Amino acid sequence: MPEVRIRKRLTVLEEIFHEGGPVVTTPLKRAAALAIIHNPYAAKYVPDIAGFMDDLKPLGLSLAKTLVDVLGGDPKTIEGYGKGAIVGSSGEIEHGALWHVPGGYAMREVLGGAKAIVASTKKVGGPGTRLDVPITHINASYVRSHFDAMEVGLNDAPRADELLLALVMTTGPRIHARVGGLKASEIKGEDGLR
Amino acid sequence: MKAAIRKVAVFVEETHTEMDRKIAPPTRRAAAVAVIENPFAGKYTEDLSDLMTIGEELGELLTTKAVAALGIPANTVESYGKAAAVGENGELEHAAAILHPKLGAPARRVLGKGAALIPSNKKRGGLGVVLDIPLGHKDAAFVRSHFDGMEVRLNDAPRANEIMVAVAVTDSGRPLPRVGGLTKDQIKGEDGLR
Repeated sequence: MPEVRIRKRLTVLEEIFHEGGPVVTTPLKRAAALAIIHNPYAAKYVPDIAGFMDDLKPLGLSLAKTLVDVLGGDPKTIEGYGKGAIVGSSGEIEHGALWHVPGGYAMREVLGGAKAIVASTKKVGGPGTRLDVPITHINASYVRSHFDAMEVGLNDAPRADELLLALVMTTGPRIHARVGGLKASEIKGEDGLR
Repeated sequence: MKAAIRKVAVFVEETHTEMDRKIAPPTRRAAAVAVIENPFAGKYTEDLSDLMTIGEELGELLTTKAVAALGIPANTVESYGKAAAVGENGELEHAAAILHPKLGAPARRVLGKGAALIPSNKKRGGLGVVLDIPLGHKDAAFVRSHFDGMEVRLNDAPRANEIMVAVAVTDSGRPLPRVGGLTKDQIKGEDGLR
Protein backbone atom coordinates (compact mmCIF):
# COMPACT_ATOMS: atom_id res chain seq x y z
CA MET A 1 0.00 0.00 0.00
CA PRO A 2 1.24 3.53 -0.69
CA GLU A 3 2.49 5.47 2.29
CA VAL A 4 0.83 8.72 3.30
CA ARG A 5 3.27 11.52 2.51
CA ILE A 6 2.27 14.76 4.20
CA ARG A 7 3.62 18.00 2.75
CA LYS A 8 1.76 20.39 4.92
CA ARG A 9 -0.88 20.74 7.60
CA LEU A 10 -3.11 23.66 8.42
CA THR A 11 -5.46 24.25 11.30
CA VAL A 12 -7.95 27.09 11.40
CA LEU A 13 -9.87 28.12 14.49
CA GLU A 14 -12.68 30.66 14.31
CA GLU A 15 -14.30 32.21 17.36
CA ILE A 16 -17.53 34.02 16.52
CA PHE A 17 -18.95 36.55 18.96
CA HIS A 18 -21.81 37.99 16.90
CA GLU A 19 -22.96 38.66 13.38
CA GLY A 20 -24.84 41.87 13.89
CA GLY A 21 -27.12 40.49 16.63
CA PRO A 22 -26.64 39.97 20.36
CA VAL A 23 -23.02 39.48 21.41
CA VAL A 24 -22.41 36.16 23.16
CA THR A 25 -20.01 35.71 26.04
CA THR A 26 -18.99 32.19 25.01
CA PRO A 27 -18.16 32.40 21.32
CA LEU A 28 -19.22 29.78 18.80
CA LYS A 29 -16.06 27.96 17.75
CA ARG A 30 -15.47 26.37 14.39
CA ALA A 31 -12.26 24.63 13.45
CA ALA A 32 -10.84 23.00 10.36
CA ALA A 33 -7.85 20.69 10.09
CA LEU A 34 -6.28 20.16 6.68
CA ALA A 35 -3.56 17.86 5.42
CA ILE A 36 -1.89 18.21 2.05
CA ILE A 37 -0.64 14.81 0.97
CA HIS A 38 0.89 13.26 -2.12
CA ASN A 39 -1.72 11.60 -4.36
CA PRO A 40 -0.26 8.14 -5.02
CA TYR A 41 -2.64 7.67 -7.96
CA ALA A 42 -2.00 10.94 -9.78
CA ALA A 43 -1.47 11.05 -13.57
CA LYS A 44 -2.73 7.57 -14.33
CA TYR A 45 -5.87 5.48 -14.01
CA VAL A 46 -5.46 2.95 -11.24
CA PRO A 47 -8.38 0.52 -10.96
CA ASP A 48 -7.79 -0.63 -7.42
CA ILE A 49 -7.42 2.27 -5.01
CA ALA A 50 -9.64 1.29 -2.06
CA GLY A 51 -6.78 -0.01 0.08
CA PHE A 52 -5.53 3.55 0.55
CA MET A 53 -8.54 4.22 2.79
CA ASP A 54 -6.95 2.11 5.52
CA ASP A 55 -3.65 3.93 5.09
CA LEU A 56 -5.45 7.22 5.66
CA LYS A 57 -6.99 6.19 8.98
CA PRO A 58 -4.09 7.34 11.20
CA LEU A 59 -4.05 10.70 9.44
CA GLY A 60 -7.82 10.99 9.94
CA LEU A 61 -7.44 10.29 13.64
CA SER A 62 -4.64 12.80 13.93
CA LEU A 63 -6.69 15.54 12.27
CA ALA A 64 -9.78 14.71 14.35
CA LYS A 65 -7.77 14.85 17.59
CA THR A 66 -6.24 18.14 16.52
CA LEU A 67 -9.73 19.57 16.05
CA VAL A 68 -10.89 18.50 19.51
CA ASP A 69 -7.70 19.96 20.97
CA VAL A 70 -8.01 23.37 19.32
CA LEU A 71 -11.70 23.50 20.24
CA GLY A 72 -10.84 23.18 23.91
CA GLY A 73 -10.03 19.51 24.45
CA ASP A 74 -13.42 18.09 25.45
CA PRO A 75 -15.10 15.86 22.81
CA LYS A 76 -18.46 16.41 24.58
CA THR A 77 -18.50 20.05 23.49
CA ILE A 78 -18.46 19.16 19.78
CA GLU A 79 -21.88 19.52 18.16
CA GLY A 80 -21.30 19.75 14.42
CA TYR A 81 -19.00 18.17 11.88
CA GLY A 82 -18.18 17.84 8.20
CA LYS A 83 -15.46 16.77 5.82
CA GLY A 84 -14.15 17.49 2.37
CA ALA A 85 -11.39 16.99 -0.15
CA ILE A 86 -9.80 18.82 -3.05
CA VAL A 87 -8.03 16.69 -5.64
CA GLY A 88 -5.11 18.25 -7.54
CA SER A 89 -5.38 18.50 -11.31
CA SER A 90 -3.56 15.23 -12.08
CA GLY A 91 -6.03 13.26 -10.01
CA GLU A 92 -9.67 12.24 -10.38
CA ILE A 93 -12.68 12.97 -8.22
CA GLU A 94 -12.71 9.32 -7.12
CA HIS A 95 -9.46 9.93 -5.26
CA GLY A 96 -11.29 12.50 -3.15
CA ALA A 97 -13.87 9.85 -2.34
CA LEU A 98 -11.13 7.87 -0.58
CA TRP A 99 -11.52 10.33 2.30
CA HIS A 100 -15.15 9.41 3.14
CA VAL A 101 -14.41 6.34 5.23
CA PRO A 102 -11.22 7.33 7.08
CA GLY A 103 -12.39 10.91 7.66
CA GLY A 104 -15.78 9.90 9.00
CA TYR A 105 -14.45 6.96 11.00
CA ALA A 106 -11.86 9.18 12.65
CA MET A 107 -14.33 11.80 13.85
CA ARG A 108 -16.77 9.18 15.18
CA GLU A 109 -13.91 7.46 16.98
CA VAL A 110 -12.70 10.66 18.61
CA LEU A 111 -16.21 11.87 19.48
CA GLY A 112 -17.24 8.55 20.98
CA GLY A 113 -19.73 7.35 18.36
CA ALA A 114 -21.56 10.21 16.68
CA LYS A 115 -24.74 9.03 14.94
CA ALA A 116 -25.29 11.28 11.94
CA ILE A 117 -23.78 10.82 8.52
CA VAL A 118 -20.85 13.19 8.10
CA ALA A 119 -21.80 15.84 5.55
CA SER A 120 -19.17 16.12 2.84
CA THR A 121 -18.12 17.70 -0.40
CA LYS A 122 -15.22 17.38 -2.80
CA LYS A 123 -13.89 18.66 -6.07
CA VAL A 124 -10.91 18.78 -8.40
CA GLY A 125 -9.01 22.05 -8.27
CA GLY A 126 -5.70 23.87 -8.38
CA PRO A 127 -3.68 25.72 -5.72
CA GLY A 128 -5.84 28.25 -3.89
CA THR A 129 -9.11 26.46 -4.62
CA ARG A 130 -11.62 27.08 -1.86
CA LEU A 131 -13.90 24.38 -0.53
CA ASP A 132 -17.13 25.06 1.36
CA VAL A 133 -17.20 22.17 3.79
CA PRO A 134 -20.79 21.44 4.87
CA ILE A 135 -21.53 21.01 8.56
CA THR A 136 -24.42 19.22 10.29
CA HIS A 137 -25.26 18.12 13.83
CA ILE A 138 -23.20 15.09 14.88
CA ASN A 139 -26.16 13.03 16.10
CA ALA A 140 -29.16 14.17 14.04
CA SER A 141 -28.81 15.42 10.48
CA TYR A 142 -32.11 17.33 10.58
CA VAL A 143 -31.14 19.77 13.33
CA ARG A 144 -31.69 22.99 11.42
CA SER A 145 -29.71 25.29 13.70
CA HIS A 146 -26.54 23.34 13.00
CA PHE A 147 -26.65 23.43 9.19
CA ASP A 148 -23.54 25.43 8.49
CA ALA A 149 -20.42 25.47 6.34
CA MET A 150 -16.83 26.53 6.70
CA GLU A 151 -14.70 27.70 3.81
CA VAL A 152 -11.20 26.24 3.72
CA GLY A 153 -8.25 26.31 1.37
CA LEU A 154 -4.57 27.09 1.07
CA ASN A 155 -2.88 29.33 -1.46
CA ASP A 156 -0.24 26.74 -2.41
CA ALA A 157 -2.34 23.59 -2.43
CA PRO A 158 -3.30 21.22 -3.84
CA ARG A 159 -0.55 20.92 -6.41
CA ALA A 160 -1.30 18.68 -9.39
CA ASP A 161 -0.18 15.47 -7.67
CA GLU A 162 -1.63 16.24 -4.27
CA LEU A 163 -4.80 15.75 -2.25
CA LEU A 164 -6.10 18.30 0.23
CA LEU A 165 -8.05 16.49 2.94
CA ALA A 166 -10.18 18.41 5.43
CA LEU A 167 -12.15 17.76 8.61
CA VAL A 168 -14.30 20.38 10.32
CA MET A 169 -15.94 20.52 13.76
CA THR A 170 -18.01 23.14 15.56
CA THR A 171 -19.17 23.73 19.13
CA GLY A 172 -22.72 24.82 18.42
CA PRO A 173 -25.44 26.25 16.20
CA ARG A 174 -25.08 29.21 13.84
CA ILE A 175 -24.45 32.29 15.93
CA HIS A 176 -27.93 33.78 15.50
CA ALA A 177 -29.88 30.62 14.50
CA ARG A 178 -33.60 31.42 14.33
CA VAL A 179 -35.27 29.71 11.37
CA GLY A 180 -37.05 26.98 13.31
CA GLY A 181 -36.95 23.27 12.49
CA LEU A 182 -35.76 20.41 14.66
CA LYS A 183 -33.88 21.67 17.71
CA ALA A 184 -30.81 20.01 19.19
CA SER A 185 -32.76 19.69 22.47
CA GLU A 186 -35.47 17.65 20.75
CA ILE A 187 -33.43 14.94 19.09
CA LYS A 188 -33.63 11.23 19.88
CA GLY A 189 -30.20 10.56 18.44
CA GLU A 190 -30.94 7.00 17.42
CA ASP A 191 -31.21 6.92 13.64
CA GLY A 192 -28.75 9.74 12.96
CA LEU A 193 -31.51 11.84 11.41
CA ARG A 194 -33.78 13.13 14.22
CA MET B 1 -11.96 46.70 25.43
CA LYS B 2 -12.49 49.40 22.86
CA ALA B 3 -12.41 46.98 19.92
CA ALA B 4 -15.85 45.56 19.02
CA ILE B 5 -14.82 42.11 17.85
CA ARG B 6 -17.15 40.08 15.64
CA LYS B 7 -14.84 37.14 15.21
CA VAL B 8 -11.32 35.91 15.69
CA ALA B 9 -9.63 33.28 13.54
CA VAL B 10 -6.31 31.54 14.11
CA PHE B 11 -4.43 29.71 11.37
CA VAL B 12 -1.53 27.31 11.96
CA GLU B 13 0.50 26.00 9.04
CA GLU B 14 3.11 23.26 9.27
CA THR B 15 5.33 22.28 6.34
CA HIS B 16 6.47 18.66 6.59
CA THR B 17 8.00 18.20 3.15
CA GLU B 18 8.96 20.48 0.30
CA MET B 19 10.00 19.15 -3.11
CA ASP B 20 9.98 15.70 -1.52
CA ARG B 21 12.55 16.72 1.06
CA LYS B 22 11.65 16.06 4.63
CA ILE B 23 11.51 19.16 6.82
CA ALA B 24 12.36 18.00 10.34
CA PRO B 25 11.13 19.50 12.49
CA PRO B 26 8.38 20.99 10.31
CA THR B 27 8.50 24.75 9.82
CA ARG B 28 5.50 26.28 11.55
CA ARG B 29 3.75 29.61 11.45
CA ALA B 30 0.55 30.99 12.89
CA ALA B 31 -1.63 33.96 12.11
CA ALA B 32 -4.34 35.39 14.34
CA VAL B 33 -6.95 37.56 12.68
CA ALA B 34 -9.59 39.75 14.33
CA VAL B 35 -12.62 41.14 12.53
CA ILE B 36 -13.73 44.34 14.23
CA GLU B 37 -16.21 47.10 13.70
CA ASN B 38 -14.72 50.19 12.06
CA PRO B 39 -15.88 53.08 14.29
CA PHE B 40 -15.08 55.58 11.55
CA ALA B 41 -16.68 53.84 8.57
CA GLY B 42 -18.56 56.03 6.13
CA LYS B 43 -17.20 59.42 7.18
CA TYR B 44 -13.97 61.35 7.35
CA THR B 45 -12.68 61.64 10.90
CA GLU B 46 -9.62 63.72 11.67
CA ASP B 47 -8.70 62.17 15.00
CA LEU B 48 -8.01 58.45 14.68
CA SER B 49 -6.76 57.89 18.22
CA ASP B 50 -9.54 55.39 19.03
CA LEU B 51 -8.17 53.14 16.31
CA MET B 52 -4.68 53.50 17.74
CA THR B 53 -5.99 52.26 21.09
CA ILE B 54 -7.69 49.39 19.30
CA GLY B 55 -4.35 48.59 17.66
CA GLU B 56 -2.76 48.42 21.08
CA GLU B 57 -5.42 46.00 22.34
CA LEU B 58 -5.17 43.82 19.26
CA GLY B 59 -1.36 43.79 19.38
CA GLU B 60 -1.53 41.96 22.68
CA LEU B 61 -4.56 39.79 21.90
CA LEU B 62 -3.50 38.59 18.46
CA THR B 63 0.16 38.03 19.32
CA THR B 64 -0.86 36.04 22.40
CA LYS B 65 -3.28 33.91 20.39
CA ALA B 66 -0.82 33.26 17.56
CA VAL B 67 1.96 32.23 19.95
CA ALA B 68 -0.45 30.01 21.90
CA ALA B 69 -1.50 28.33 18.67
CA LEU B 70 2.13 27.45 17.94
CA GLY B 71 2.43 26.13 21.48
CA ILE B 72 5.97 27.41 21.95
CA PRO B 73 7.56 29.75 24.52
CA ALA B 74 6.97 33.31 23.29
CA ASN B 75 10.68 34.13 23.35
CA THR B 76 11.40 31.39 20.79
CA VAL B 77 9.34 33.06 18.06
CA GLU B 78 11.68 33.76 15.14
CA SER B 79 9.80 36.00 12.74
CA TYR B 80 6.70 38.12 12.64
CA GLY B 81 4.48 40.32 10.53
CA LYS B 82 1.19 42.21 10.56
CA ALA B 83 -1.47 43.31 8.11
CA ALA B 84 -4.93 44.84 7.91
CA ALA B 85 -7.76 45.02 5.40
CA VAL B 86 -10.32 47.81 5.64
CA GLY B 87 -13.87 47.21 4.44
CA GLU B 88 -15.21 49.32 1.61
CA ASN B 89 -16.67 52.10 3.79
CA GLY B 90 -13.33 52.70 5.49
CA GLU B 91 -10.13 54.43 4.64
CA LEU B 92 -6.61 53.06 4.23
CA GLU B 93 -5.58 55.44 6.98
CA HIS B 94 -7.80 53.49 9.39
CA ALA B 95 -5.61 50.43 8.83
CA ALA B 96 -2.53 52.58 9.35
CA ALA B 97 -3.92 53.88 12.64
CA ILE B 98 -4.37 50.35 13.93
CA LEU B 99 -1.10 48.92 12.67
CA HIS B 100 1.56 51.54 13.13
CA PRO B 101 1.36 53.76 16.22
CA LYS B 102 0.64 51.31 19.05
CA LEU B 103 0.29 47.69 17.93
CA GLY B 104 3.99 46.86 18.08
CA ALA B 105 4.75 47.59 21.74
CA PRO B 106 2.36 45.05 23.28
CA ALA B 107 3.30 42.50 20.61
CA ARG B 108 6.95 42.88 21.62
CA ARG B 109 6.02 42.64 25.29
CA VAL B 110 4.40 39.28 24.59
CA LEU B 111 7.47 38.09 22.68
CA GLY B 112 10.04 39.41 25.14
CA LYS B 113 11.98 41.03 22.32
CA GLY B 114 11.53 42.19 18.73
CA ALA B 115 14.25 44.62 17.80
CA ALA B 116 13.26 44.62 14.12
CA LEU B 117 10.52 46.60 12.45
CA ILE B 118 7.39 44.49 12.13
CA PRO B 119 6.87 44.14 8.37
CA SER B 120 3.36 45.10 7.35
CA ASN B 121 0.91 45.72 4.57
CA LYS B 122 -2.60 46.98 4.24
CA LYS B 123 -5.37 47.28 1.71
CA ARG B 124 -9.00 48.05 1.26
CA GLY B 125 -11.20 45.24 0.08
CA GLY B 126 -14.43 43.30 0.22
CA LEU B 127 -15.46 39.97 1.70
CA GLY B 128 -12.85 37.28 1.10
CA VAL B 129 -10.04 39.70 0.38
CA VAL B 130 -6.63 38.05 0.64
CA LEU B 131 -4.06 39.35 3.10
CA ASP B 132 -0.45 38.44 2.33
CA ILE B 133 1.17 39.09 5.70
CA PRO B 134 4.87 39.84 5.18
CA LEU B 135 7.24 38.05 7.54
CA GLY B 136 10.71 39.02 8.73
CA HIS B 137 13.06 37.96 11.51
CA LYS B 138 11.95 39.64 14.72
CA ASP B 139 15.38 40.76 15.87
CA ALA B 140 17.31 41.31 12.63
CA ALA B 141 15.44 42.35 9.52
CA PHE B 142 18.25 41.28 7.19
CA VAL B 143 18.04 37.58 8.00
CA ARG B 144 17.38 36.37 4.47
CA SER B 145 16.11 32.89 5.37
CA HIS B 146 13.18 34.48 7.20
CA PHE B 147 11.88 36.76 4.42
CA ASP B 148 8.52 35.16 3.81
CA GLY B 149 4.80 35.76 3.67
CA MET B 150 1.66 34.05 4.88
CA GLU B 151 -1.66 34.26 3.12
CA VAL B 152 -4.85 34.46 5.16
CA ARG B 153 -8.42 35.11 4.16
CA LEU B 154 -11.89 34.84 5.64
CA ASN B 155 -14.80 34.42 3.26
CA ASP B 156 -17.12 36.61 5.34
CA ALA B 157 -14.83 39.54 6.14
CA PRO B 158 -14.33 42.42 6.06
CA ARG B 159 -17.87 43.67 5.69
CA ALA B 160 -18.22 47.28 4.55
CA ASN B 161 -18.03 48.68 8.08
CA GLU B 162 -15.37 46.33 9.39
CA ILE B 163 -11.59 46.02 9.59
CA MET B 164 -9.67 42.76 9.54
CA VAL B 165 -6.40 42.85 11.50
CA ALA B 166 -3.77 40.11 11.44
CA VAL B 167 -0.58 39.26 13.33
CA ALA B 168 1.60 36.35 12.24
CA VAL B 169 4.46 34.63 14.08
CA THR B 170 6.73 31.69 13.20
CA ASP B 171 9.15 29.28 14.78
CA SER B 172 11.32 29.20 11.67
CA GLY B 173 12.18 30.63 8.28
CA ARG B 174 11.35 29.20 4.85
CA PRO B 175 11.43 25.38 4.67
CA LEU B 176 14.55 25.06 2.47
CA PRO B 177 16.45 28.39 2.61
CA ARG B 178 19.47 28.46 0.30
CA VAL B 179 19.83 31.92 -1.19
CA GLY B 180 22.57 33.06 1.16
CA GLY B 181 22.64 36.32 3.09
CA LEU B 182 22.70 36.88 6.83
CA THR B 183 21.83 33.74 8.79
CA LYS B 184 20.08 33.69 12.14
CA ASP B 185 23.13 32.39 14.00
CA GLN B 186 25.13 35.44 12.85
CA ILE B 187 22.84 38.15 14.18
CA LYS B 188 23.59 40.59 16.96
CA GLY B 189 19.94 41.57 17.37
CA GLU B 190 20.66 45.06 18.65
CA ASP B 191 19.80 47.51 15.90
CA GLY B 192 16.94 45.45 14.48
CA LEU B 193 18.74 45.03 11.19
CA ARG B 194 21.64 42.58 11.70
